[in-house]
Amino acid sequence: MIRVENLTKYYNEFCAVDQINLHIRKGEILGLLGPNGAGKTTTLRMLTGFFLPTSGDIHVKEYSIREDSLDIKRLMGYLPESAPLYHSMLVYDYLDYVANIRGIRPDKKISRLKKLSELCGLSGIMHRPISELSKGLKQRVGLAHAMMSDPEILVLDEPTSGLDPNQIVEIREIIRRIGKEKTIIISTHILSEAEATCDRVVIINQGKIVADGSTESLKLTGNQDYVINISLLNADENEVKKEFHSIDGITEINTVKPDDPEMLSLRLTCMSTDDLRGSIYRKIKLRDWVLMEFHQEKKSLENIFRELTKEN
Amino acid sequence: MRQVIHIFNKEFKDYFISPIAYIVISVFLLVTGWLFFSTFFLYNQVTLRNFFSLLPLIFSFVIPAITMRLFSEELNIGSYEILLTMPVTFKDVIFGKLLAGVAMVAAMLLPTFAYAITVAFLGELDWGPVAGGYIGAILMGSAYTAIGLFASSLTRNQIIAFITGMAICFSLTLVDKMLFLFPGSFLGVIGYLGADFHFQNISKGIIDSRDIIYFLSVVFIGLYGAHLAMQEKE
Repeated sequence: MIRVENLTKYYNEFCAVDQINLHIRKGEILGLLGPNGAGKTTTLRMLTGFFLPTSGDIHVKEYSIREDSLDIKRLMGYLPESAPLYHSMLVYDYLDYVANIRGIRPDKKISRLKKLSELCGLSGIMHRPISELSKGLKQRVGLAHAMMSDPEILVLDEPTSGLDPNQIVEIREIIRRIGKEKTIIISTHILSEAEATCDRVVIINQGKIVADGSTESLKLTGNQDYVINISLLNADENEVKKEFHSIDGITEINTVKPDDPEMLSLRLTCMSTDDLRGSIYRKIKLRDWVLMEFHQEKKSLENIFRELTKEN
Repeated sequence: MRQVIHIFNKEFKDYFISPIAYIVISVFLLVTGWLFFSTFFLYNQVTLRNFFSLLPLIFSFVIPAITMRLFSEELNIGSYEILLTMPVTFKDVIFGKLLAGVAMVAAMLLPTFAYAITVAFLGELDWGPVAGGYIGAILMGSAYTAIGLFASSLTRNQIIAFITGMAICFSLTLVDKMLFLFPGSFLGVIGYLGADFHFQNISKGIIDSRDIIYFLSVVFIGLYGAHLAMQEKE
């Protein structure tokens, strides 16, 4: 569906996007992740035809962004970061204007606007000026703007930034609903968001792609050691440590200060090759320690993200 | 072309949604009405020539006030990104905005027909120069609107856009009155640059292709400048 080839963008001397190659399939929900200033927005702006790349090309279907940017713009709906809409217009007037520009036929316009207002929850605010809307409502109007022509590709730049938790859930809900039939590209620096909504995650840092895959497969990359947290009652620290050191595969044992002073809490770092939970449990069973907590830490996307985007 | 009309519609409507249109039109009518009629009866002539001779100077500060928001506002709130990622080209955008500005100038001139009608009651009015005056006013209005668009594309601050636009329009209006400052060999060229000079030709009722070409070239230069300025921002 979308093929990005050697995409590069320089702002004067500064290289914002550096030789990005990317293939986006139809129906995918792609999350573009990266720290602030990694080049996410620049990439999306080139993808949507706001400006041309310094070098490289973008193909959408059979169109190229250099020659047929107008055709590509017709296929895409774009919501820029923080939905910069005209302040002075009423929501209805604004959407009507967008419908005209998008070439919606006059006889279909009303039904399209009705459908969008239902989908994005705008029915109560159609006749209010945009300047009076809260950030979440504005974002919803922006979403309606992006979906006006029922585009095949939807590009959303940080759709949930600055929203309160309820609004975030709402927007995500809308994205998931429309994501069933459309190709969606979302940029974000909130990892849980990518995890919650995206099929595939691309992490970029300093203009380069540093990771690409499903959230599950990303968790398998990088350092594979995992961590088990246990809390024991009735146990002597040195004795416990000695027991656990005898298990092959445990590389590190750290004591954690527990909430309850009676309790002994430990962090066991284990090598990825074996599942050691069984052997740890058996060791505990042999003694009269009381097992209060036993928990394997899931390797989080946060850790991977930090690992991949560290300044080196 | 369809897109130009949609953008024109939106921009033109915007003038009347916000108070800009009403303020600009009232100020324009007050100033021209007062300056024209306060001396009209002293001359004791049935002509609108004095009204038209006011226009270059008044346009130089009224039109930049009309055009200052056209690009600056888009740049300031970031809506330019939304606009340009819809299926429109820069040409659609700039012609839409230019037409909206010119239509606003026309809307401003419309009530001044009342001056012509009032004067026609007082004696035999020669309608040729009046028609020429209005055609010239629209041409000059288009040229100043293009300059205003250029000024507006330079900055996201509307006040700076207004002052820049006003400075350029004033210079164009007054340059042929400052000829004594220039060396003799330049006089012809610099005189030709003055907007006032060309406008006065047309408002006498003589429509000369040189004057029309002059105003159209100013429009073109203004729009091209805006194009370059917006491209620079990418």
